[in-house]
Amino acid sequence: MSRTPAAVIGVGQTHYRAKREDVSMPGLLREAIDRALADAELTFADIDAVVVGKAPDLFEGVMMPELFLADAIGATGKPMIRVHTAGSVGGSTAIVAASLVQSGVHQRVLTVAFEKQSESNAMWALSIPVPFTMPVHAGAGGFFAPHVRSYIRRSGAPTEVGAMVAAKDRHNALKNPYAHLRNPDTTVESVLASQVLWDPVRYDETCPSSDGACAMVIASESAVKASGIANPAWIHGQVMRSEPLAYAERDQANPWAGRDAAAHLWKSIGISDPRTEIDCAEVYVPFSWFEPMWMENLGFAGEGEGWKMTESGATALDGELPVNMSGGVLSSNPIGASGMIRFAEAALQVMGEAGEHQVDGATRALGHAYGGGSQFFAMWVVGSEPL
Amino acid sequence: MRDVAVVGFAQRQMREFDGSPNCIELLVPILQELWEQTGWTKEDIGFWCSGSSDYLAGRSFSFVTAIDALGAVPPISESHVEMDGAWALYEAWLKIQTGEADTALVYGFGKSSASTLRRTLALQLDPYTLTPLWPDTVSIAGLQARLGLEQGAWDEKAMAEVAARSRSNATSNEYAVRKGETSIDDVLAQDVIADPLRRWDCAPITDGAAAVVIAAADRLPNERKRAAVISGIAHSVDSPSLGLRDLLRSPSAAAATQAAGGSDGVQLAELHAPFSHQELILRNELGLTDDVVINPSGGALAANPMFSAGLIRIGEAARRIWSGEADKTLAHATSGAALQQNLVCVMEAQA
Repeated sequence: MSRTPAAVIGVGQTHYRAKREDVSMPGLLREAIDRALADAELTFADIDAVVVGKAPDLFEGVMMPELFLADAIGATGKPMIRVHTAGSVGGSTAIVAASLVQSGVHQRVLTVAFEKQSESNAMWALSIPVPFTMPVHAGAGGFFAPHVRSYIRRSGAPTEVGAMVAAKDRHNALKNPYAHLRNPDTTVESVLASQVLWDPVRYDETCPSSDGACAMVIASESAVKASGIANPAWIHGQVMRSEPLAYAERDQANPWAGRDAAAHLWKSIGISDPRTEIDCAEVYVPFSWFEPMWMENLGFAGEGEGWKMTESGATALDGELPVNMSGGVLSSNPIGASGMIRFAEAALQVMGEAGEHQVDGATRALGHAYGGGSQFFAMWVVGSEPL
Repeated sequence: MRDVAVVGFAQRQMREFDGSPNCIELLVPILQELWEQTGWTKEDIGFWCSGSSDYLAGRSFSFVTAIDALGAVPPISESHVEMDGAWALYEAWLKIQTGEADTALVYGFGKSSASTLRRTLALQLDPYTLTPLWPDTVSIAGLQARLGLEQGAWDEKAMAEVAARSRSNATSNEYAVRKGETSIDDVLAQDVIADPLRRWDCAPITDGAAAVVIAAADRLPNERKRAAVISGIAHSVDSPSLGLRDLLRSPSAAAATQAAGGSDGVQLAELHAPFSHQELILRNELGLTDDVVINPSGGALAANPMFSAGLIRIGEAARRIWSGEADKTLAHATSGAALQQNLVCVMEAQA
């Protein structure tokens, strides 16, 4: 079997805000979609299929909202798929859209992921108690804080590493016109001075709750040639891996599914040393400490060594492996879209269109997303040249 | 396209499941049956994909615990759609087309009895203009049926014929929750519950789960002698605006049929029509002639477990090929109000 090569030829994002009361749900999606179509120099008439992603429907209070959105997102009369794989959904949605092209079924696919969290309260929508299942106490932070404590204990990482991640990402966000949080005064000291919400996660080390949408147009090799796009982001490889929430030997701080996904991804595209062969990465970091944790899980650093990448500045915008150049999930977090934003920002880097947060000469970038209780992983690698 | 075949199918359907709000316990015996049918184990499956709904389960991330039923380790290549399992099968079919997997296990599950289904489904409508009026599923279907009667597209006898045949066919289906030899007069004697719909015109509330195994034609299990090769699978969606659509038509069902290669030569069809008159619309849109056997399982009027009923249609249509009852069958799945979104899967006996 040979896959049809596919590439991202258009990216569109909304401005991310706590409450986008200026737009309805259809309006929010159209803001991203219209920008993606304009970027790809296409219209709805050119699109063969639409793939929609978002996290739990309880966040907006609409069951399967893609059904009522079909007209607004240009899906009427076309195939439409709705993906939901928890927090990784934005990444999984992009992968399903890519597979529609790579399979040879379609030429041009529009994919969009969104969350309009201000329609409800995400923290409590996540906190419905379920019999015989460990409760998610007061949102995701309460669930993940013990994983962070475990990582700090095992790695011996200095306390300020988390604050360094937060300060870095908040400063990167100042270079991203779409970012939600814009706090020019953030420093490592100010992060450390902010209130502890879930020990050891502080307020400034936590992602915001955002409204927003992100869209991409993915095209086949022949559709890329027929387009006016000279700098597509070629999809080199993608992967999804899942594991159950709880089993006896589970390592929640360094999950097997994530390690397995990364190892498979690197191998499938001939990467033996990801630290040097990947130019930059957009990694799903909703709480600051997940940067060093994922550096290890992804194989960028050895076990217990991830925090040294943060501490040495290797993950800074001008570092050896810049991470979350856009400001990341720590600066904008419309949950269902957050994974797609990582994938799209990776594409923008290799397209050379990341603006002020562009990494000079980026030719290969990673987009990463995870969800559930660190159980669901979705990743892709995009490059400025076909693989 | 790569030839992909349906090679395993197991299901559970019941009026009310005495267990968790998402029916995932049912997946354990279902998977066991699939391993027996295929001679395979978890390690033989290259991709997993499921369909379910958080709103049906009444909680966020309700599908997360479903993978507990699949076994702990190693981690699996897996995805989920907030749609009927039939669309999960489509995603799995794509995955096999890309060459990233050769085999896939697809499942759907849901507990319709956990809420008042007709009201829960009203949350699928436009939240700004329609849902605040709470037009429930049965009422919308009633308006659609009434329109057909008034415009002469069908009559009450034609609707009753569908209901009577569905119930009668279901007598041989151990999983059907509504069944029994039934005449047209029996149906017409029932009370009207959403004028002009009688109870038996409407799908029963059903809990359940189902799973299907698909495999590339060069990777079939030894145990499956006569595989059901998918010759076409496609889907499409119509406008959500009930006031702008011609409710007597389902353009997306017709488009899906055409994209799946048409229905010529189909001997048997399993249609996902939750209301009797919707089968009449579908037969027309899918181009099914009078000699096509419709819903030998009893169809959705006999049992309609949300988020697996469409996948069950694919399993039932494939089963008739395995048994030699038919050489070419068609399965259909629907989603949304008044047949808004439709999927068609055409299968043929392996040459």
